[in-house]
Amino acid sequence: MRARVATTVGGAAATVSRLAGRDGSVIGGRIGLRLEPGLLSLLAADRQVVLVTGTNGKTTTTRLISAALTPLGQGIASNMYGANMEAGLTSALSSAPGAPLAVLETDEKYIPAMIKATNPKVVVLLNLSRDQMDRAAEIWLLARRWREALAAAPGCRVVANADDPLVAWAASGARQITWVAAGQRWREDSWCCPNCGSHLRRDGDDWTCGECGGRRPPVSWMLSGDQVIDPSGHATPLDLKLPGRANASNAVIALAVADAFGVPLPQALHQVRTVTSVAGRYTQVNRRGCEVRLLLAKNPAGWLEALDVLAPPPVPVLLAVNAQGPDGRDTSWLWDVDYRRLRGRNVLVGGERKLDLAVRLEADEVAFRLVNDLDEAIAAARTVAHNLEVLANYTAFQQYRAVLGRTQ
Amino acid sequence: MRPLRLVWVYPDLLSTYGDRGNLLVLERRARLRGLPVEVAEVNSDQPVPRDGDIYLMGGGEDLPQTLATRRLQADGGLHEAASRGAVVFAVCAGYQVLGMEFGGADGGQVPGLGLLDIRSGRGEHRAVGEIVADVDPALNVPRLTGFENHQGVTRLGPQARPLARTSLGTGNGDGTEGAYAGRVLGTYLHGPALVRNPGLADLLLFWAAGPLPPLPPQAGELAQRLRDERLAAVD
Repeated sequence: MRARVATTVGGAAATVSRLAGRDGSVIGGRIGLRLEPGLLSLLAADRQVVLVTGTNGKTTTTRLISAALTPLGQGIASNMYGANMEAGLTSALSSAPGAPLAVLETDEKYIPAMIKATNPKVVVLLNLSRDQMDRAAEIWLLARRWREALAAAPGCRVVANADDPLVAWAASGARQITWVAAGQRWREDSWCCPNCGSHLRRDGDDWTCGECGGRRPPVSWMLSGDQVIDPSGHATPLDLKLPGRANASNAVIALAVADAFGVPLPQALHQVRTVTSVAGRYTQVNRRGCEVRLLLAKNPAGWLEALDVLAPPPVPVLLAVNAQGPDGRDTSWLWDVDYRRLRGRNVLVGGERKLDLAVRLEADEVAFRLVNDLDEAIAAARTVAHNLEVLANYTAFQQYRAVLGRTQ
Repeated sequence: MRPLRLVWVYPDLLSTYGDRGNLLVLERRARLRGLPVEVAEVNSDQPVPRDGDIYLMGGGEDLPQTLATRRLQADGGLHEAASRGAVVFAVCAGYQVLGMEFGGADGGQVPGLGLLDIRSGRGEHRAVGEIVADVDPALNVPRLTGFENHQGVTRLGPQARPLARTSLGTGNGDGTEGAYAGRVLGTYLHGPALVRNPGLADLLLFWAAGPLPPLPPQAGELAQRLRDERLAAVD
């Protein structure tokens, strides 16, 4: 009964918040939680919950898993727009009271508490790398907390990326594990063994520790080029609408999760292929005769993956960086990204911290032009092409998205 | 001309916040002046070369910081280089590593390399944010601007001099920021500290290579604009 009162009041607050023109996905959850601190546990009881965490790809993977589970024909609660702390999870569950399934993106710091609160059937661990370190916990510490939380949750299955040593170490605290070879493009945070600290030997995606014997676990699912290899060893082309290696990796993880729910691969994959855009990411919008595509990346690993996704020259590229609270106020991470592949391209630089990025590009001998806003970039792009690739971090992305009319 | 040898010590353990920036800034400012440069990135499973001119150490989490210190002690290369006058520049966790001791992961004190007469421990609060500090006039370097993110408190002994006095931020925790002795210099400005402080980069280059030819016109303009913008933003 308390859960119902708390969710009703929370729901009303969310409605008011939406009427006031703000995104209501968190405020309802916050008010509900104030009335009933155990609300999330009450709401999660009797549901099959999937928690999705990692530094990058949480929102997209949550979307892909939700798609992959639709063949089950059951209602799915999900926080599809990235509100991924306790209030966001609570809102997602309370706004879908009848849904027996829940796929919940969860902030990496909150995963231990959320495992306790929701008693999940599956926890997905995607990757772990440096991110917004002016406020996030340090990643070795995070990995240790994940590991302890999973060891204390014997009923839960972990679907984890075996190619990321920190993730593999954290996941191996769990009783039931589905290992996925999902690849690891960014390696700057995993040169050393998370178990003993010795320098790891790396050969392709394989890794071993010469000191303590830690090694990449044997996998049952694998991303191989553009194909998924399932536990029977059969290879199927992914044929995704979403671009890039990182999304192929997210899709394979989603398929492994669907398998844990008994959804056959062809059905799950069919649904995964229908996803074309996630919370405005990868959307293409025409503005002033220019096709503008928005890519979001928030940290060095994300930028590295996104630079791979960019359309080839001569398509101009706008890079934009802000350093507001949600972005992290520290721009040091710009120096962890290798921009040299942009040499010779038509590069535009925007965002509130464009000078930080400009100095970074100068050091990598990448020529660029500074722009003050999206339209200036579009005007510059139009002189050489009919489209523009935009790569921006969080609030810069949101600002451009608002200019483009917040299309999904 | 013998190239200037830059050695980045243990990027596998001590590199969390864009520490590569310091290497890139030194390399660029040397090359722009016509000085040939050789770069070595030395991982923790490799010996530290003895013949470097400038050694760089970055930031790190508690556990990697302790591991890096043990390995550097056992290796001895950095000590040997420092004792024959090589330049050592370390930020954040690397700065603490240079000292006599620092606070470890389990709350105990860990012995440092003893290259700087400083002692670090763990403070009450984490210092996170922009930092501005005025450099010891003897060094003739403009005021420092950077970002700090640490929970360390550092006390200087008689053999070390404060690098600067803070006007914004926490630094060592007693109004001073960083420390130096001879050509060994450390700071709590983390990550790419030299990006916004080209004057400090040039001091390190001067220590290693002697008087420097001027930069080509405009080569330092963007860095200066960034510097001015950041200093104005916190004014």
